[in-house]
Amino acid sequence: MVMPDAWRGWQRIALRVLALLSLAALAVACERKGQRAAGEGLPAVIKIGVYMPMTGDTATFGTSSMGGIRLATEERNAAGGIRGSRIELILEDDRGQPEEAKTVVTRLVTRDKVIAVLGEVGSARSIVAAAVCQQKGVPMLTPSSTNEKVTRKGDYIFRVCFIDPFQGEAAAKFAAQVLKLTRAAIITDVKNDYSVGLTKAFRESFTRLGGEVVIEKNYQAGDASFNAQLTSIRDAGVDFVYAPGYYGDVGQIIKQARELGLRVPFIGGDGWDSPDLWRGGKEALNSCFITNHYSVDNPDPRVQAFIAAYRQRYGDTPDALAALAYDGARVLYDAIERANSTDGARIRDALAATRDFPGVTGTITLDANRNAVKPAVILELRDGTYHYRTTIAPS
Amino acid sequence: METLIQQLINGLALGSIYALIALGYTMVYGVLRLINFAHGDVYMLGTFAGYYTALRFGFSEAAPSFVRAALLLLVAMVVCAVAGLTIERLAYRPVRQASRLTALITAIGVSLFLENVGQIIFGANPKFFPQVLPPQQFPVYGAVVITTPDLAILGASLILTIGLHRLVHHTAFGRAMRAIAHDLDTAKLMGIDTNRVIALTFAIGSALAAAAGVLVALRYPKFDPLIGVTTGLKAFIAAVLGGIGNVSGAVLGGVIIGLAETMATGYLPATLNPYKDAVAFAILVAVLLVRPTGILGTTAPEKV
Repeated sequence: MVMPDAWRGWQRIALRVLALLSLAALAVACERKGQRAAGEGLPAVIKIGVYMPMTGDTATFGTSSMGGIRLATEERNAAGGIRGSRIELILEDDRGQPEEAKTVVTRLVTRDKVIAVLGEVGSARSIVAAAVCQQKGVPMLTPSSTNEKVTRKGDYIFRVCFIDPFQGEAAAKFAAQVLKLTRAAIITDVKNDYSVGLTKAFRESFTRLGGEVVIEKNYQAGDASFNAQLTSIRDAGVDFVYAPGYYGDVGQIIKQARELGLRVPFIGGDGWDSPDLWRGGKEALNSCFITNHYSVDNPDPRVQAFIAAYRQRYGDTPDALAALAYDGARVLYDAIERANSTDGARIRDALAATRDFPGVTGTITLDANRNAVKPAVILELRDGTYHYRTTIAPS
Repeated sequence: METLIQQLINGLALGSIYALIALGYTMVYGVLRLINFAHGDVYMLGTFAGYYTALRFGFSEAAPSFVRAALLLLVAMVVCAVAGLTIERLAYRPVRQASRLTALITAIGVSLFLENVGQIIFGANPKFFPQVLPPQQFPVYGAVVITTPDLAILGASLILTIGLHRLVHHTAFGRAMRAIAHDLDTAKLMGIDTNRVIALTFAIGSALAAAAGVLVALRYPKFDPLIGVTTGLKAFIAAVLGGIGNVSGAVLGGVIIGLAETMATGYLPATLNPYKDAVAFAILVAVLLVRPTGILGTTAPEKV
């Protein structure tokens, strides 16, 4: 058939418009179907989005957490899933960057249509992603972000760990009452919400307990040299240094401190907990302390069973982040089971109703602010491992 | 007093690193009027070259030795000299006759290329450089100490700078370099093999960056494919501050930036600590307002 060129052009456009319209109609139909399914129990496959720092400055946070989440998911699927539905994890790497976390979580929610989100460890990333999840009405549960602001983002955001004010207070109590130290220095990663939050809580508690913060210094994650700060701290004459940063920098800070002849103990938080912490040298870290969520020395059979299962699966001892991630995933699956729905609001209500959940990091009850109320353990660093020292109960 | 002396040592060590990298910027600028933005990434390549060499030969902190450290330094310098030659040949020479803006954008392109290929090949995760220098500290005065890596940094920087100065001012090759800096076309007419001299200038500048890369890693072991970005930028500021195109200026600029950064971190209150990088820029702006050519820069075209 011979047609004039102009006509052929029109025909092409008309065809395209038609194709677009039918696609749009299909999309609307699918959307409707999806909505109906949400009210009627669970689909065959439940998609859970996970965003973690699998590369970058805090990569071990991501690997540990994924270890815990995978183990919990595999166990659950092997036991028949959630009411017979199989759980499928969709993992995105945010490289430890807040901007990147926003992008990947938006992708998980809008493209992959996950019904709930697990992540992150770093508070700065969780805060950014929480805003996205809250806006889209998708429940988010962070296993281990301790900054207060995370769950303040809204009623869809939960966590299964304690918060910074308590972690900072626990460190201050331990230093003032157990170690009986009075003169503190603080060195803070000033661009990190987690570190800034801990510093604030520690300073308030330590001063209230009669201690004195003699000197405060700041750095930024990724700095190479901390000599300038450490020289000032060394010459200020302190009993200990509170360093609530992440393992990558802290390892270097303590190494450089020892080289400068600053031999006092360093005390930190759960952000130190990483196999890579020791790379700056094991001896430098002797008689330093951290506040953490759990201890592998805990004889509780539930904890020991988890450690055994984790070792069998990965050939490695789970750190606190792995344990929290394991608990976080299980709390979420338990809530989805009770909600018996993929609807965001119903899962949110079920999560909020979590009471006395038997976790490996303690019994988990979520309070009105969607935070878990749990004690902190103090671990002593000696010869390349953590040794349980004491437990600080929530006040 | 002890604090001040210790901070001076800290600042000098940091400053001599900036100086080593700034030398590369200033040499290339002097000869070609090109700001080689990929220079910071060549510094990164130097660190990785040293790292993989150490892995290959099994060098580790278990057996520290100066000879091994020197060997790593040498290998990294050779690897980066070759990298510098390659970059010049493939990226810059084809656009040498084009406008200066073209060359500048090419340089930014090479920089982004190296950073991203680095992340693909080496991975984005931080790595830790084996500490092959003996971890000794020498008491200087009271509580003031200086560590072996700091001494190595200061010593190696000094030797390399003096070597470069002699090369530029006391050899035929140096004279050719200065002639090209003066006027490329005339130098060519006088029978100077300009392509060869320019290529060698890149090779030498890159080797110095590699030396800085290994020396820094011996002191501060954590590194990743993006370390060249901030360090390179500060070294560039150092070069401009001292008067870009001027060898002594690069050294002076480097030391000033290093000292300023250390003093700002050490003596400003904690809330102002994050602005330590801004201090470098503030000094730059202040100096350029008074002396637009930099401290030792001259408006006359005789450079390098």
